[in-house]
Amino acid sequence: MSTTYTIDGETGPWELVIGLEVHAQVISQSKLFSGASTTFGAEPNTQVSLVDAAMPGMLPVINKECVAQAVRTGFGLNSAINRRSVFDRKNYFYADLPQGYQISQFKQPVVGEGWVDIDLEGGEVKRVRVERLHLEQDAGKSLHDQSPTKTFVDLNRSGVALMEIVSFPDMRSPDEAGAYVRKLRTIVRYLGTCDGNMEEGSMRCDVNVSVRKAGAEYGTRCEIKNVNSVRNMMLAIEYEARRQIEILEEGGSITQETRLWDAGKGITRSMRNKEEAHDYRYFPDPDLLPLVLEESFIEGIKATLPELPDAKKARFMSEYGLGDYDANVLVAEQDRAAFYEQVAKGRDAKIAANWVIVELLGALNKAGKDLAESPVSADKLGGLLDLMADNTISGRIAKDVFAEMVESGKDAGTIVEEKGLRQVTDTGAIDTLIDQVMAEHADKVAEYRSGKDKLFGFFVGQAMKRSQGKANPAMLNDLLKKKLDA
Amino acid sequence: MSLDTATVRRIASLARIKVSDDALDHWTQEMNSILGWIEQLQQVNTDGVEPMSSVANMTLRQREDAITDGGIQDKVLANAPDATAGFYTVPKVVE
Repeated sequence: MSTTYTIDGETGPWELVIGLEVHAQVISQSKLFSGASTTFGAEPNTQVSLVDAAMPGMLPVINKECVAQAVRTGFGLNSAINRRSVFDRKNYFYADLPQGYQISQFKQPVVGEGWVDIDLEGGEVKRVRVERLHLEQDAGKSLHDQSPTKTFVDLNRSGVALMEIVSFPDMRSPDEAGAYVRKLRTIVRYLGTCDGNMEEGSMRCDVNVSVRKAGAEYGTRCEIKNVNSVRNMMLAIEYEARRQIEILEEGGSITQETRLWDAGKGITRSMRNKEEAHDYRYFPDPDLLPLVLEESFIEGIKATLPELPDAKKARFMSEYGLGDYDANVLVAEQDRAAFYEQVAKGRDAKIAANWVIVELLGALNKAGKDLAESPVSADKLGGLLDLMADNTISGRIAKDVFAEMVESGKDAGTIVEEKGLRQVTDTGAIDTLIDQVMAEHADKVAEYRSGKDKLFGFFVGQAMKRSQGKANPAMLNDLLKKKLDA
Repeated sequence: MSLDTATVRRIASLARIKVSDDALDHWTQEMNSILGWIEQLQQVNTDGVEPMSSVANMTLRQREDAITDGGIQDKVLANAPDATAGFYTVPKVVE
């Protein structure tokens, strides 16, 4: 168990209490209540139906796939699936919300309570409870920088389905909040329900932060909006906690409010105090009947769920004997896990893990490439491991061959043949090498034999150098030992 | 429960309905008489009765996920008083 994360104020340590509301854009062809496309980046207002533009008399009809995606995500969050849920109107006035209200779910969401296990440093796992997941419409997009006097509004995004995933205030440090968001992202990507892209805004989060002394009641919280990366979220949480601690220690009190994260300045600031505090006047949307899910629909979704990250991790640990860290790294992305399994198939699973994580991911990271763009396929990497396993090349040479594979995309066998890197396993040839080295360093041989056995490594190094790295290390060690001790 | 004129003014402003000061008293009375009627309804015992979301004894009709609409920028913007380059434009709103 790790110790509780605290921030030291003048009056001693303070604990943080963090809850998150994550908005995840649903992957679907068309919008939640209209048949307009959801594709990102089209010409303004070309993916807008008269429903999305809130023309009078237009009626919403729900997209079945969006409901399925929410249920799928609910299963991924180990949550209760509500057989009956209700859509409500959340009323507020803003230029990019033509209806004057957002269709959302207030009292009866489609998905109820569940949980997510987050992976912390040192293999510790913490359970964060999920309060609910509900479906709602996204708003349009306002552009404030196109004209000095006007705001430009594009409704292409208006009506796209969002899943709002609300956690309980169970997180206690910026790291835990970061791990939670990353885990959610992994889960929705496995499920194919959201692409998890925070930069493009398809996953956005609002953070509730409060501070308290150990064991005290929850303090008053502030909600931070506008965090568009995990890193920014973690910075915003720490900044906001320090701000609150300072106020409390000076004898002030926290006003519950919404604050904006300013990434450029690294601060949170109060949103322009609206004359009207938020008063959403929720009520059931009279245009929509209650959403009732058939058992067969729910079972159909359950039957086609992919293996989820936690299950995959457990399997990698038991089936392949991997440690916690390696398993976490490999299951973080579905394609990475699949790549690994293809490399590991019929091979030493731990060596395979090591090569995928350290060498391959290391090289890709350095080149700024995704796994999908890898010049070395799983089969090619497997081929390299085979050459090591059957002693064609040594581990040291394998790293050189791998570097060449990354460079040229050729397969390992070809590179080994072209460069003559085949390992020397002929005892006669190795014997010759050793004899040459011993003859060259007769003085050292004498020292070694008089008890300075640390010199052994020196002889290994010399012989290896003479073989241009190609001598089989185990055989070299063996034969060298015999000759020196003779 | 009864509303005062300040609350009615606030409700009007939330709903973006312009109500002049001399009409406030009138609307306050109107709304209070509606609330009075609701109070009367509340005398009915509704223990164990689920809140009703709809009078139609049906469930929500669902549609398949297909692109069947959109591509009508001209129609969408037809009533916009000041559209520019395919966008609606409104007086600047900055948060």
